[in-house]
Amino acid sequence: MILTEQDKQKTMSRRRFIRNSGLVAGGLVGGGIVGGLIGSNTRNGGELVSPETGGEQMGESIDFQQAPLYFSNLERFAILEAACERIFPEDDNGPGAISLGVPFFIDHQLAGSWGHNAREYMQGPFFPGTQYQGYQTALKRHEVFDEGISAIERTSMSLFDTAFVELEEEQQNEILTQLASGEIEMHGVTSNVFFRLLRSATLEGVYADPAYGGNKNMEGWKMKSFPGHQMSYLGQIESEEFIEIEPSSLRSYTDHH
Amino acid sequence: MATTLPKKDAIIVGMGWTGSIIAAELAKEGIEVIGLERGKGRSLKDYYVVHDELRYGIRYELMQDLSKETVTFRHDDDERALPMRQMGSFLLGEGSGGAGVHWNGQTFRFLPYDFEIRSKTIEKYGQEKVDELGLSIQDWGITYEELEPYFYEFEKASGISGEENPLGGPRSQEYPNPPMKDTPITLKFKDATDQLGYNPYHVPSANMSQTYENQYGATLAACQYCGFCERFGCEYGAKGDPTVAVIPFAKETGNFELRNFANVVEILQEDGKAVGVRFIDTKTQEEFIQPADIVVVTGYVMTNTRLLLNSNLGKPYNPSTGEGVIGKNYCYQILPGVTGFFEEDQFNIFMGAGALGACIDDFNGDNFDHVDLDFIHGGNIAITQTGARPIASNNVPPGTPTWGSEFKAQSIKYYTKSISCVAQGASMPVKSNYLDLDPTYKDAYGYPLLRMTYNFSDQDRNLHSYIGEKIEEILLEMGATEVSERSNLENYDIVPYQTTHNTGGVIMGDDPNTSAVNNYSQMWDHDNVFVVGASSFPHNSGYNPTGTVGALAYRAVEGMLRYLKDGGSLV
Repeated sequence: MILTEQDKQKTMSRRRFIRNSGLVAGGLVGGGIVGGLIGSNTRNGGELVSPETGGEQMGESIDFQQAPLYFSNLERFAILEAACERIFPEDDNGPGAISLGVPFFIDHQLAGSWGHNAREYMQGPFFPGTQYQGYQTALKRHEVFDEGISAIERTSMSLFDTAFVELEEEQQNEILTQLASGEIEMHGVTSNVFFRLLRSATLEGVYADPAYGGNKNMEGWKMKSFPGHQMSYLGQIESEEFIEIEPSSLRSYTDHH
Repeated sequence: MATTLPKKDAIIVGMGWTGSIIAAELAKEGIEVIGLERGKGRSLKDYYVVHDELRYGIRYELMQDLSKETVTFRHDDDERALPMRQMGSFLLGEGSGGAGVHWNGQTFRFLPYDFEIRSKTIEKYGQEKVDELGLSIQDWGITYEELEPYFYEFEKASGISGEENPLGGPRSQEYPNPPMKDTPITLKFKDATDQLGYNPYHVPSANMSQTYENQYGATLAACQYCGFCERFGCEYGAKGDPTVAVIPFAKETGNFELRNFANVVEILQEDGKAVGVRFIDTKTQEEFIQPADIVVVTGYVMTNTRLLLNSNLGKPYNPSTGEGVIGKNYCYQILPGVTGFFEEDQFNIFMGAGALGACIDDFNGDNFDHVDLDFIHGGNIAITQTGARPIASNNVPPGTPTWGSEFKAQSIKYYTKSISCVAQGASMPVKSNYLDLDPTYKDAYGYPLLRMTYNFSDQDRNLHSYIGEKIEEILLEMGATEVSERSNLENYDIVPYQTTHNTGGVIMGDDPNTSAVNNYSQMWDHDNVFVVGASSFPHNSGYNPTGTVGALAYRAVEGMLRYLKDGGSLV
């Protein structure tokens, strides 16, 4: 049986689909890669949903938040996307980091006070410190991510002679595992520090309020049966049964305002 | 050139629980009080839109701005201390209400044993026990019986909902409010500990079990169990919080002025007496001198100790000779904990309140025999249902990877099917753990940071291991199908959050050679300076410290009023 193009896509892994569709879309490896790589199925705003419930389709919308505010090189943004997706992949349990908007969440966080360590002690002198003394790099988080993304790509090229976004999932996982163990050489910071940041930022993007750009349509919360912001559980706290509650986001505060 | 302001009767440095209580009680008696608070002002309206885990729970919105000031840390004298650049192990508060805004509200009384720990330990186990473990424990110079009425004053102010601790010190009055509700989780714990022959009771809570009016005329609403308590302010005014429960009253007296953005950098002294303080307006960077008859220092442990050291008040502790007192007996807490995974159950784990829980004291204080044990004291073992939020709650069974598809599956599955049980293990002082000034690092105003030299001791490791076993037994009795691996306590790590129950540095006692303040929190060396807070604990018990901090604040007020009338040392 000869598969149609559509059938072929269905049978391919999602990551491979992303990769191939990118190549199909003009074989771009440069500036156009992101738009091609990540199909409209994951990036667009899609349906506008009720802020109260996350359900109840109310019409078409454009998600204006889904634009980079920190990254200006979209090839590098694509590396971040691919890495986040390996940490929190799309699978039988539900959407992964990319569908949930996690890379945009991280991008926006890097552009803001967290990325610039605004409320942290960043005065010198700097010394490496022991493993018990915590963050001691002079780099700010956005610089740690810059270095980390360079390290991912460099490792990918040296191990597989292929760009990170082009690798098989297992190969990508291998690089992340090396990062996590601190094996990969980085400038000004160790790779395990970067990996811990990347992992925690990915989980934050999955589960933080959708106001921050991730946890799209509260899908992260729905997977975990977390109802987000609720005014009161006074009538339910004693319940012997588990209670599934439609989640509600911070957006609903302003509805009552 | 600093501007000198008109003299006041009393200056209070820091407007958390202790500062607020002292302000209210002094102002009520007609004393002219100024409260100097380096952070911003807050009230109930500022706690709107608070159900945001990232902003408050993970990014620490309500906590201290470390870019201006932090502490440095090392394990021992041979290491180079480095700044705690990010918040981690403990969360320092800032602003009106201090940590009293974002605390959970678990409010215990320390045990009678705690206040006489040295005498009682030696009496029962002999001097050898103390020597073998290398403990610098000392009596507090006050007994539980003497403190009992002050505990109750604080329980009224903060509206504690609770039931009598079957193994605690005697109470003269019931708690002002009945205990909070039971849930399947608290009931499971109570049944299991009952089966094991222990004495469970509800955690005493500053989350109101009903609408309540305190002695300051503040009405606190009933808790809604919304699950956003620790690290958050309460938008309902249902948590005992100084900005709701005490500060409004202090202001109504007409004798209390609260000045925010006022960072006190030095206590000024002449001839052995404090004459006022120097502070910096953090918005304009302008310097002021505020004169007063008494100076009351009510910051956190770190702030109190550092302010005295930077002001040359009291004799700094020297770890090699054991002499001196300021910075001595810094303690923390030891937190053995086990997570139980429940195949058959699913819990409404996202509902809760900061102090909703059940606990036992069968392995706390000297409630169990230590003759054959290689440690003293113990800890309160508790199950709390504080509201598990999804970024921070990712319990996975042992052996699960920390990322990827399997992690995703297990962390989602067990979010509602796991419960953690933790003990607050008491922390005993040892000679080598202390606070002093850092020789290298400075705050935003050029003053030396506080340096913490701290590591766990064998006493801590032995306590951790013993109590950990008991916790595991409880979780298995509760029906856990699997439990997390119990790790051994090794070295103190400043990165992962553990507890904000730091104590010591300006300790109380009955001897000026071994303590900084007497039992009215009055400095031995400077009788018009009172240093109030957990900084005065000679050791840390197996409980949340705030109940005892509050009791000491009410005790201190009594001393201040006497001092303002008669002068001199109060003991």
